[in-house]
Amino acid sequence: MKKIIYILLGLIFGVVMYKSEAASWFRIYEMFRFESFHMYGIIGTALVFGIIFIQLIKRFHIKTFDGQAITIEDKDKSVYRYLFGGIIFGLGWALAGACPGPIFVLIGAGFLPVLIVLISAVLGTFVYGLLRDKLPH
Amino acid sequence: MEIIYQPWSWFVSGFLIALFMFLLLLLGKRFGMSSNLRAFCSMCGGGKVSSFFNYDWKKDSWNLFIVVGTILGGYLAAHYLSHGAMPHINESTQLALQDLNISSENAYLPNELFSIAALSNVKTWAILIVGGFLIGFGARYAGGCTSGHAISGLSNLQLPSLIAVIGFFIGGLFMVHVLFPLIF
Repeated sequence: MKKIIYILLGLIFGVVMYKSEAASWFRIYEMFRFESFHMYGIIGTALVFGIIFIQLIKRFHIKTFDGQAITIEDKDKSVYRYLFGGIIFGLGWALAGACPGPIFVLIGAGFLPVLIVLISAVLGTFVYGLLRDKLPH
Repeated sequence: MEIIYQPWSWFVSGFLIALFMFLLLLLGKRFGMSSNLRAFCSMCGGGKVSSFFNYDWKKDSWNLFIVVGTILGGYLAAHYLSHGAMPHINESTQLALQDLNISSENAYLPNELFSIAALSNVKTWAILIVGGFLIGFGARYAGGCTSGHAISGLSNLQLPSLIAVIGFFIGGLFMVHVLFPLIF
């Protein structure tokens, strides 16, 4: 039953990503040229409501559907990994025009060359795992 | 119905993304798509060569069902919920694309990169492979991608996520403004 809920949630997410054009290479390119408000509008709106939802959870101690307390762990403090990792991710995001979510959306939409991006992204994750102890974090 | 077939507004889309994150929190989960890439590595036996992949990925299998749904969502949206209207990008963006020899007519993605025909060009392979590699490596190094940092992390007012998002933009701006003219 829960599996179906997750598949349905993913389906809605996939439809939103495609229909909002956040999965379009063109929109990412346009965003990095600061020539449209569209992508900033999507991320900005998601952020405003995201902050409100999380504040509601914290203020009113909203519990999960199972009745568990919701505690959101803070991210580890560091600068290196977020800055360097972020820059590397940003280079790929702009080049391939897709981040991990939209990669799956585009494969579903039938753009088969995106499979190359996915396989290569798994490989990149794998190489990170191999080099992890040697990188500054 | 007509409103569904049109491209969706940024406001509706942004709200639905936040709602999606909220529902995941109510289910006791965290919104983050790139962690699935780590799960793929573990499923393929990555734990034998790096302890980073030696974790109980089955605990995160719910996220793999999200992935299945996301793929289905892309299929549904492209084949049944669209008239074929394509991103209406800014005119100056279109002109810049012409300079790069990338056509922006009537396509959701550039044909020069994402059509089957483009795969006959070695350069296309190089771009897709390098792009994917940087996405996978960078997302794990930074501990998250757009969903984990720009949406979830910033929503929870996390400074590390702000640093990561600044990094995303440094990398993205450098790619588009400095490297694109050299690549295309």
